[in-house]
Amino acid sequence: MAQATSPPEVVKEDARTRRGYSSDAAGLGSLRAGAFVAPALLLIAAFLVFPALWVLYLGLTNYRLTGAAAAEPEFVGLANLLDAVFNPTFWNSTWLTVQFVLGSAVIGQVVLGFTIAWLLRDRAGPLKRLVEGLVILAWILPSAVVSFLWVALLDRDGGTLNALLGIPGFPWLLDHPMLSIIVFNTWRGTAFSMMLYGAALGNVPPSHLESARLAGASGWQQLRDVVFPHIRGHILTNLLLISLWTFNDFSPFLLTAGGPDGRSEVLAVHVYKVALQSGELGYGAAVSTIILLINLVVAVFYLRLLRSKK
Amino acid sequence: MTRFVLGRIGFCTLIAVLLAFFTIPLLWLVTAPFTSDPSYEVKVPDFTWDNFQAVVEHPYALPSLYNSLVLSVGTAVLVVLLAALAAYALSRVRLPGRDALLYALLLLSSIITGTAAMVPLFQLAVELNLIDSHLGLILILTGGLLPAAIFMLKDFMDSTPKSYEESARVFGASPLQIVRHVVVPLVRPGLATIGVWALANVWGNFLMPYLLLSDVEKQPAAVITYTLYTEGGQANLSMLSTFGLLYSIPVVLMYLFVSKKYGFRFHGGIKR
Amino acid sequence: MAAIELRGLTKVYPGGVKALDSLDLDIPDGEFFALLGPSGCGKTTLLRTIAGLETATGGAVVIGERDVTGVQPGGRDVAMVFQDYALFPHMDVTDNIAYPLRIKKVAKGARREKAEEVGARLGLDHLMDRRPGQLSGGQQQRVALARVMATQAQAFLFDEPLSNLDARLRLEARTFLKKLQRELGVTTVFVTHDQAEALAMADRMAVMEAGHIRQIGTPVEVFQRPANTFVAGFIGSTPMNLLDGAVRGDTLEVAGCKVAVPIAAEGRLTDGEKIVYGVRPEYMAYSAGPAEGVLSGKVAIVENLGASHLVTLDVNDVLVQAVVPEGSEPAVGDDGHALPRRDRALVYRDGELV
Ligand SMILES: Nc1ncnc2c1ncn2[C@@H]1O[C@H](COP(=O)(O)OP(=O)(O)OP(=O)(O)O)[C@@H](O)[C@H]1O
Ligand SMILES: [Mg+2]
Repeated sequence: MAQATSPPEVVKEDARTRRGYSSDAAGLGSLRAGAFVAPALLLIAAFLVFPALWVLYLGLTNYRLTGAAAAEPEFVGLANLLDAVFNPTFWNSTWLTVQFVLGSAVIGQVVLGFTIAWLLRDRAGPLKRLVEGLVILAWILPSAVVSFLWVALLDRDGGTLNALLGIPGFPWLLDHPMLSIIVFNTWRGTAFSMMLYGAALGNVPPSHLESARLAGASGWQQLRDVVFPHIRGHILTNLLLISLWTFNDFSPFLLTAGGPDGRSEVLAVHVYKVALQSGELGYGAAVSTIILLINLVVAVFYLRLLRSKK
Repeated sequence: MTRFVLGRIGFCTLIAVLLAFFTIPLLWLVTAPFTSDPSYEVKVPDFTWDNFQAVVEHPYALPSLYNSLVLSVGTAVLVVLLAALAAYALSRVRLPGRDALLYALLLLSSIITGTAAMVPLFQLAVELNLIDSHLGLILILTGGLLPAAIFMLKDFMDSTPKSYEESARVFGASPLQIVRHVVVPLVRPGLATIGVWALANVWGNFLMPYLLLSDVEKQPAAVITYTLYTEGGQANLSMLSTFGLLYSIPVVLMYLFVSKKYGFRFHGGIKR
Repeated sequence: MAAIELRGLTKVYPGGVKALDSLDLDIPDGEFFALLGPSGCGKTTLLRTIAGLETATGGAVVIGERDVTGVQPGGRDVAMVFQDYALFPHMDVTDNIAYPLRIKKVAKGARREKAEEVGARLGLDHLMDRRPGQLSGGQQQRVALARVMATQAQAFLFDEPLSNLDARLRLEARTFLKKLQRELGVTTVFVTHDQAEALAMADRMAVMEAGHIRQIGTPVEVFQRPANTFVAGFIGSTPMNLLDGAVRGDTLEVAGCKVAVPIAAEGRLTDGEKIVYGVRPEYMAYSAGPAEGVLSGKVAIVENLGASHLVTLDVNDVLVQAVVPEGSEPAVGDDGHALPRRDRALVYRDGELV
């Protein structure tokens, strides 16, 4: 039948651009729409954008919390940045941060999250709910509370861990502060990866797995040949997001406060210590600028990825 | 057959280890509050309520929970209200520069974190006299959560058909009537999700109140908890454990509520 | 109740798509008018522009002698049924039907009463407390109709209201809708891309293509005398044979055969000119033996239409279709001859009816 599309005068646009042209369904009008958006944008501008810009400026001054430089900050150009670059404590913090992100996010949370999701992939019932519930609980409890739970767990004298291992008096937080916060953050953040991989595994067509099984593939071969190709995008998304979050995580402060002797002073804690405890706002701002730049790089990567997926 | 048995054993051991790893740190929180004179050790509790009595009598404990409530409810209400208005307008009206704006919002929300912005935020609060002000903290927290909230809500609104609104419009409803009668009920699950997300986020937030509230009477539970175990030599464990439990319960209830009502649907990045 | 007039109506979407190109249309009061056309030709756009959901780029919309071109949708006194019905999922049937009255600030009691009255009329009485999600497609469609009826608007606009129903239900709903419109006597514009639906229901119809109206007329006129080859090809459950040919003296040469000039074209053709000869398969007399003025060829395909068969003849490499009553269908490979009815065949010159 002659049901063919009769082309209009201009070439038909593809579905995406067409949806982009959402006409004004409720008859709001640009003016009212602008008024709807304005309050939110105002708050964002004042308390998010402006601080970010200001941090760039502060980084170029010798601003201090107290003293003469507090009243009349001077422009010092790149001195703060150079300070940071030649400051061994800065590099120490950066190196600790790399360990923290690699250890707790990239290795800890991803591996553990995927393992749990894989073990529970086609299970239902109480066991799955129990495991998932506990993992999620670790994630949703207030950070101040869970930090203290870990302080209790790792306590050298009465701590549960030493009691279990039979090594009373072993000072975990003093002897292995980095290991402590890495394991702590793995424990705390695994839920996100577990849920993401759980959702991703649910999207792997069962028929693909079945045909691999029929062909005699072992568990590992199924993972490699069927599952990983399917969830590669999810893995990347997950990696970028949790790296970003872990990089900016302040909760190591609650556990070790950066100590002892700065041996667990990741960048987030470093900024707090130099800027707000020692009062060197200018130097702290310069380090913040570096953090912002690293965030920017990761975020742009992530958004690129999102776009290419759409 | 042996392979199958070995597999089973392997599976069970792994699950057992995982369960232990995730349970052991939590045990103390559920035993110590009911133990008289608790230590760091996990002991079988003797079910005393004395510790709760101590919390009630503590000058800052209950007020700090109230402060947490004020901060999180205030922020959640503001976030939901402002994000809903903005997301609706952005979803339905072709404002100039909309796509660039959304992209910028998404970018901003992921790069400007509390860690990166603590120095200028502290400065800003000092300059604007917002130190020790709940309202100031609420505004700052709202500004931080809004971009992600707008983004999630806009996604949600984009996926609700426009014909409902158009239909109401042909019947003569005014834009505000349409929003009240049609849009709000339709996107209510989305609003609830964002509300809970904001609530949970602020309830657990430590850094911002720690930076911006120095008056103990104004500090929320997160800061008080931290103070309880860092200051004054020997930590008061009965106080800490009991207070921590009270402080945690609302989060757990909220989680149960959400997972019951909406099924804990996976929202990428629901928590930062 | 009101007539609808469109004067030079033009709609250009941002991005440059000209969805309506200077349309003129008169729909008298109380008429059931169908808008028919292929996907993307601008039917929905036309309907939405009448409703005011799209603002016209040029021209005017007049409803009941009132120029409403610049008026908001709510002020035009029309009611619309959307293709997906747009029933509010959070309201029950009663509230859905009563919603237009709520906007008009009718008191709650009166609203309910009216909703129940209209609902009962459409056989929805036992469903009034349900939500749209708990209704079947056919029931949803009736709720949407009830909601529109409750408005007591000047005109009804329907955008493919039957396309979400399955084939059987669609036939039922067709009859129901037609009967309802008769009883209410409200001017109704009905969009569809199903030509059978338009032919069956409309008092008059317009066939659209790419933002233009190609023909306006009663279903009989449009079916029997399509004004151009586009309409000829679009209307009819089996498409019309449209065969290239030329005038040869007082006969036509079509697909290498000589056929008589149709009655409608007599005296209007000049010798030697190129034409398109159109005849519906239903208006062909098929026979096994040759005769004067037939199209002769070999049977290529025989398709069963139920009470008849559609036979496709290969006439000197041109395919010609004819409908053959049951019992006398040929076998593939037979010689076949089809004689067009002179009073129903048509001639098109440059795509337009002669
Ligand atoms: N909001 C819009 N923005 C830009 N172009 C549009 C928009 N809506 C429709 N168009 C274009 O206008 C033309 C007419 O569209 P319309 O929806 O009116 O077609 P239709 O006849 O109703 O088709 P269908 O039978 O598929 O519903 C199409 O080319 C379409 O791509
Ligand atoms: Mg349409």
